[in-house]
Amino acid sequence: MPQTPPPTPATELPDGAVRLLDADGTLHEDARFSPYLQGLADETLQRMYRLMATERRVDQEGTSLQRQGQLALWVPAVGQEGAQAGALTALRDEDWIFPTYREHLLALGRGVTPGQLFELFRGTAHAGWTAADHRVQPYTLVLAAQTLHATGYAWGIARDQSDWDAERRAAEGQVVLACFGDGASSEGDVHESMVFAASYDLPVVFFCQNNQWAISVPASTQTRVPLARRAAGYGFEGVTVDGNDPLAMHAVTAWAAEQARTGAGPVMIEAHTFRSGAHTTADDPTKYRTREEEQAWAAVDPLARLAAHLRATGAAGADPDAFFADVAAEGEELARRTREAVLAMTGDALPTLDDVFETVYAEPHPLVAEELAWHRQWQAGFADAETAEGDAS
Amino acid sequence: MTIAKAINRALADELAADEKVLLMGEDIGSLGGVYRVTEGLKARFGADRVVDSPLAESGIIGTSIGLALRGYRPVAEIQFDGFVFPGFNQITTQLAKMRARTRGAASVPVTIRIPYGGGIGSIEHHSESPEALFTHTAGLRVITPSNAHDAYWMTRQAVRSQDPVIIFEPKRRYWLKGEVDLSEAGHRGLSAFEAQVVREGTDVTIAAWGPLVPVALAAANAAAEDGRSVEVVDLRSLSPVDFDALQASVEKTGRMVITHEAPTFGGLGGEIAARLMERSFLHLEAPILRVGGFHLPYPPSRVEEQYLPDLDRLLDAVDRTFAY
Repeated sequence: MPQTPPPTPATELPDGAVRLLDADGTLHEDARFSPYLQGLADETLQRMYRLMATERRVDQEGTSLQRQGQLALWVPAVGQEGAQAGALTALRDEDWIFPTYREHLLALGRGVTPGQLFELFRGTAHAGWTAADHRVQPYTLVLAAQTLHATGYAWGIARDQSDWDAERRAAEGQVVLACFGDGASSEGDVHESMVFAASYDLPVVFFCQNNQWAISVPASTQTRVPLARRAAGYGFEGVTVDGNDPLAMHAVTAWAAEQARTGAGPVMIEAHTFRSGAHTTADDPTKYRTREEEQAWAAVDPLARLAAHLRATGAAGADPDAFFADVAAEGEELARRTREAVLAMTGDALPTLDDVFETVYAEPHPLVAEELAWHRQWQAGFADAETAEGDAS
Repeated sequence: MTIAKAINRALADELAADEKVLLMGEDIGSLGGVYRVTEGLKARFGADRVVDSPLAESGIIGTSIGLALRGYRPVAEIQFDGFVFPGFNQITTQLAKMRARTRGAASVPVTIRIPYGGGIGSIEHHSESPEALFTHTAGLRVITPSNAHDAYWMTRQAVRSQDPVIIFEPKRRYWLKGEVDLSEAGHRGLSAFEAQVVREGTDVTIAAWGPLVPVALAAANAAAEDGRSVEVVDLRSLSPVDFDALQASVEKTGRMVITHEAPTFGGLGGEIAARLMERSFLHLEAPILRVGGFHLPYPPSRVEEQYLPDLDRLLDAVDRTFAY
């Protein structure tokens, strides 16, 4: 084993942060949150790891595709797989996710295909999937706007379930996961969403992935205290979690979802984690952060930690090497299919401007109808010209 | 009844007709809104359907979007025109675009009511006419009633629309009384998104909306004394604009004056003039003229009478169209 470097301050957890799994894979007991890991099947642990490893491979493919000019932009999530895998596996399929633009694991884990995920970044659609099919809303690029949509949606859930008793809520109630980052925490919409959620006891779990950097602005500029402490100001609980500990993330999210589901109102989770790559492919993190910082965080990488735990506990099965080889092969296969899907988004597979004309309004709109008619005639003129050229040759 | 009562009645009827309709906004419940437009609705429909929301415009619009995604039909009130801007981001980047960005999968039938316009002697940010900022944004519908009958029916149609609709309510006309035919036949098949000729004429058209329709009608009466027959078209809908109705009128009269309270520069009047010039150039006897506000921040109310288009400025413009 190579000697791990001493952690820099940013890798140290804030006071009171929840960590259940050490960097070497050892599990700790926690009176409040460990019960939420009871009954966690080996299959779930394996799924968690599989999601993390395959997402990372697909994610790397995203950067390659962007470098090759196949994507307009890619937004890497490498380093944040533990936070997302822990949160996702603690939710029920019926729960809703309102993501920002870096929640690749949440989307893929809910059955969004890589091809659908990449449409936004290829520029063939603003949303490659239908939200209702996966209970995952489209990515939102305007910072924090979706936290209000999530809160409003949770308001609708609360209204729909207003005559339910506690038992039915616990069994069937839905919650909403409102995703945002440390940068977005400075936006007014996060504040307003927390005010509304608290005002009406809405079933929202605010899920802040504090990945330490908002492009080049460090979290220390955004906040003087751990972000989760802000929740107290709104009158609900906030918990900081080691975001690179998928088990702690799972346990705390399960607890938070239970709170929200049963009518206790909103909860905020701050996942203390690290975006180990660039903000997007347009960014160059070497200009604002140090190699030491990146290395320190690499030493607490969530994949390595969960892998160590799976090996140590036997949760990876009788033949762990075979399990990890299988996951790696699946990642390669998924990456191959991602590339194939992205490269296929051309020619007839491209959307037309007509699609946009036809979806901007639900009801007839004379201006749009007039401009669409003009546009079609204009396009048809080119087709006629091509035919004429063909006839002439 | 007054325009304010007509809107109140329309909201009550929609709340009664569809349990998915709910109202939210600042002070709309117990107080009944600062203009009392929502008076009595909380008592009748309950605090969970007529919601006194926190004082947060982005929150009001943003949560309305979420509620609409869940199947509700929120009607949000922004207390005054100049205070819509904290919610502008949610309206323009989110509400307007949600349907197109989801390729038609998600409709967001949110209605936003905004009391707007000047002439009430109020203080800063309480008298603005920002309609062009919203008509420029695809995905929204923007309407403004000018009389009680329209206020009733257009509000009901807005709430029922599957698209986001912004209703600019001409606040200085809230107490204007008029007949309202509440029977189903009452709306005469006229959509909230169509214009209406509110006075027939043959010599010149005045196109107006919201608070200036009564001014346009007064100008038409005054011009009649000089032997000029003025047609008045109430646009009613600002997005979409009913260009067919405007075209028919200007081709009949050959002259047009467009008036709005918003600054003339970059205002909707320029768009209307340009389109009608394309459509009706050979029918025009004179350039289409505009009478609007100046390129100024809305002034202190002690001088707002000089800022707002009035009878004299409209008549002057009518006269000028006859000088060609």
